[in-house]
Amino acid sequence: MTKLAAAILAVLALAGISLFIGVSDVSLPALLSTAPGDRPMQVLLISRIPRTLALILAGMAMAITGTIMQMLARNQFVEPSTAGTVESASMGILVVTIFAPGMPLIGKMLVASAFALAGTAIFMRILRQIPLRSVLMVPLVGIMLGGIIASVTSFFAYRYDLLQTLGAWTLGDFSGVLRGRYELLWLAAGLTGIAFFVADRFTVAGMGEDFTTNLGLNYRRVMALGLSIVAMVTAVVVVTVGAIPFLGLIVPNLVSMAMGDNVRRSLPWIAVTGAAFVLTCDIVGRLVRFPYEIPIGTVFGVVGSGIFLYLLLGRRTRLG
Amino acid sequence: MIRAENVSKAYGDTLVVDGVSLELPAGGITSIIGPNGAGKSTFLSMVSRLLKMSAGSVTVDGMDVTKTPSDELARRLSILRQDNHIAARLTVRDLVAFGRFPHSKGRNTKADKKIIDQSIDYLNLSDLSNRFLDELSGGQRQRAFVAMVLCQDTDYVLLDEPLNNLDMKHAMSMMKILRRAADELGKTVVLVLHDINFASWYSDYIVAMRDGRICHKGRVKEIMNQSVLAEIYDMDITVHEIGGRRVSLFYE
Repeated sequence: MTKLAAAILAVLALAGISLFIGVSDVSLPALLSTAPGDRPMQVLLISRIPRTLALILAGMAMAITGTIMQMLARNQFVEPSTAGTVESASMGILVVTIFAPGMPLIGKMLVASAFALAGTAIFMRILRQIPLRSVLMVPLVGIMLGGIIASVTSFFAYRYDLLQTLGAWTLGDFSGVLRGRYELLWLAAGLTGIAFFVADRFTVAGMGEDFTTNLGLNYRRVMALGLSIVAMVTAVVVVTVGAIPFLGLIVPNLVSMAMGDNVRRSLPWIAVTGAAFVLTCDIVGRLVRFPYEIPIGTVFGVVGSGIFLYLLLGRRTRLG
Repeated sequence: MIRAENVSKAYGDTLVVDGVSLELPAGGITSIIGPNGAGKSTFLSMVSRLLKMSAGSVTVDGMDVTKTPSDELARRLSILRQDNHIAARLTVRDLVAFGRFPHSKGRNTKADKKIIDQSIDYLNLSDLSNRFLDELSGGQRQRAFVAMVLCQDTDYVLLDEPLNNLDMKHAMSMMKILRRAADELGKTVVLVLHDINFASWYSDYIVAMRDGRICHKGRVKEIMNQSVLAEIYDMDITVHEIGGRRVSLFYE
């Protein structure tokens, strides 16, 4: 508990740093020496605080989503970006953008959720049909499925001249986050809050269908609940800030290595670590080429693939 | 009592279990034996609602397994299949503790914790209780699974080949533990066993299956004789009596 409290403090410290980085002068002296209506306070309220909150909420939500997927698919290398979920959500938004461009954000999000749910269901169905003996085959199948969905999406995005917009959904970027454009992420936080209440169910589902039935739970219902949370959270994140690939894979795996997969115990840590990771990567992205920015998706791509490789190779040595 | 009536399982045109009717009395150990492909595991999976029946019905203490709420059944009957593989990294204690889930829904009380400790003790896993499952040998893992099923504390305990992965010493101690569970805790234990000598030595009743049907059933003495075993397995098996118990030899 004290360790967790320390970790939460660290996240708050990172959030504090995140608030005071940027081109505009938003420092404590500047805030104190100007009126609340002046520029520093306005920048803080309209841009910096929303951005920092968005980072924390998205980081926690994506990390938890990854955990849920890994338990449901019973594979440690599965997450929304390796299961076709992100690609399906993007396709959903594209469909809305083409056919109902005026639809409010929440509507876009719901359509994207429906697409994400359908895409993930296809993935789970494939997993059930083909007995995949190798652990690595599962994410490969997911990535292939995602590739197919993404190629269809790209084709229509190209035809309708929406390729740039599409890029914004698939590559996470927090530089555009302003007050009024991130609040949907609270919904993602609420959805992952449900995960805390039913954490045990996800652990049980992670033991497989027979164990789940033996313990008196309805496997399909747990599956449906988990996949719905995953689909909606992914849709929210894609709609608001864009997907952060591999976040949902790396954070749960690191936490799992340290403390195992009893979801009730590990979930708070996964949430905190997810937030810390995203905050750190965003801060790095903002500092590397100051005053310009590198999108977090890029920073995380570099850091994340490095850690991913480490996880893969570490696994091999443990088996050998 | 577990009562199966006309239970069948068909895959396409193949009948894997063919109209099995059987009453398993409460108390004691019943072993289901028979050659490969006799339908033993399939039958056990249907009795424990893990597998849908093509036809027939199963009741446990009068409750239809396909209609009774699953969590209610989970407090009466537990099942462990063979070849379990858990990818999630759980400690032995975590795993065993989940045996309490049907009772506590995840909020384990002091009483639950006591049963968890006892189950871990029962299977001699105290030293390993904080180890992750993926750090254990196959035999240790098998014992952890059985500890979880015992922790579920159900009247009926169904185990499909519980001696899988166990060496002679651990196979023997597993059977002793199950015997104790039947005698001291009053459990009804139903096993699928391949080793007929273990079945003979430790069970009260034996049910023999062949080609999806029950071909013989009865007390150990009724099954453990040369002509009955020859019919079940299609081979010469000699039966010897040692200290009032029957042992078979089939190595030549």
